[in-house]
Amino acid sequence: MIVYLLCFILFLVGLYGVITRRNLIKIAISLSIMEFSIFLILVLIGYIDQGLAPIVEPGSGAQVYVDPLPQAMVLTAIVIGLATTAMLMAIAIRLYRKYKTFDIREIKNLRG
Amino acid sequence: MELTISIILGFMIIGAIYALHAKDLLSAVVAMGIVGYGLVICFLLLKAPDLAIVQIVVETITLVIMVAVVLDSTRKELEVPFDRKSLLNTIVGFVVFAGLFYFFLNAIESLDPLGMHSLRMSEPYVTGAVESTGSINLVTGILFDFRAYDTLGEAVILYTAALGALTLLRMKGKKTA
Amino acid sequence: MEGMSTIVKKVSQLVAGIIFMYGIYIILHGHLTPGGGFAGGAIIAGAFILLILAFGSSALNLKKEITGSSIVESAAILMVVILAVMSLLLGLKVFFTNFLPKGEPGELLSAGVIPLYNIFIGIEVAGAILTIFLALVIFKEESST
Repeated sequence: MIVYLLCFILFLVGLYGVITRRNLIKIAISLSIMEFSIFLILVLIGYIDQGLAPIVEPGSGAQVYVDPLPQAMVLTAIVIGLATTAMLMAIAIRLYRKYKTFDIREIKNLRG
Repeated sequence: MELTISIILGFMIIGAIYALHAKDLLSAVVAMGIVGYGLVICFLLLKAPDLAIVQIVVETITLVIMVAVVLDSTRKELEVPFDRKSLLNTIVGFVVFAGLFYFFLNAIESLDPLGMHSLRMSEPYVTGAVESTGSINLVTGILFDFRAYDTLGEAVILYTAALGALTLLRMKGKKTA
Repeated sequence: MEGMSTIVKKVSQLVAGIIFMYGIYIILHGHLTPGGGFAGGAIIAGAFILLILAFGSSALNLKKEITGSSIVESAAILMVVILAVMSLLLGLKVFFTNFLPKGEPGELLSAGVIPLYNIFIGIEVAGAILTIFLALVIFKEESST
């Protein structure tokens, strides 16, 4: 159970970064940290002791495999995380070109 | 196994806390690499080689893009005055964290201990996959045959992100001098 | 962005070729060993990114607005949708099923339509990641705002 708690603490560190930081790059980093903690807890739930990696050897009998369903979900989620980070970086580049700063409070006050 | 993953998670938490409080944006981006590459080691220990390959390549590409964006604009972190508004933000944040922690403790009471998963949902997938799909890699068989709609959606999301990045930056194709 | 020194250029030419072949191997053996379409596509994109970073963008002469990587990724995702619709037209009346014969598990030519899906999804992921990299790092707007 300690592992699940540590994963949740990593999620809370990311959430703290999204709430309190003012720099847009740090907000993007914190969002990415939140996603990583969720990937880890999904794969941890599906782990079986003394289980094999989910590749079937043709000809061997019935073995115990690690659960492959959370692994398939996390594979999709990793690529979606890359797409989200790329879009956030594109927005950050545009905002920096126009306002010359990454501070979200100043960008909110300037209003174009 | 639990001890090893806990130690690696400890390093990841320390790296994450440093990444939020770094005074240089380049240091913060490099500290995000600690979290990403520590995750690769955790995936290898948890017998998930597919995920380790994808995570290590995607993490490297993300780091290259973020370093390029940071070096092109500014490296300096802002000077934040510790006024009343930021203190109020932090206190509200911690109250929300306490509430979330209480719900999390209630939620993990019904989970099996680590390593004794009971395979309720994936029992038909594991036993029937080799005859039904013909592939001996179970994760690929699930991704491309049993849950192919998710894969189609993911390919469309990646395509949309590429189009969105092109549209947002509205380039004309030539580098400025 | 200028390129790097001569030794970096020569070594990266050699290494990028090896990485490209490794990416193709991971895509083609997606139903036998760990890997599959997404991992192989990202590795191929990594090989091209290495070449671009070592040679610099001034040596590339990117003049068109629609680059080659954008055309390749659009064609690949179109082929994925055509493959999915083909099972509808071949008389099975169900969208998106595995309609080719399955063969012997463990051979290279087995598992029905899964190797074809792996190839096209791999090309699409490589094109998408390369387009994202080109848009964010290399292309800059001409007029200043």
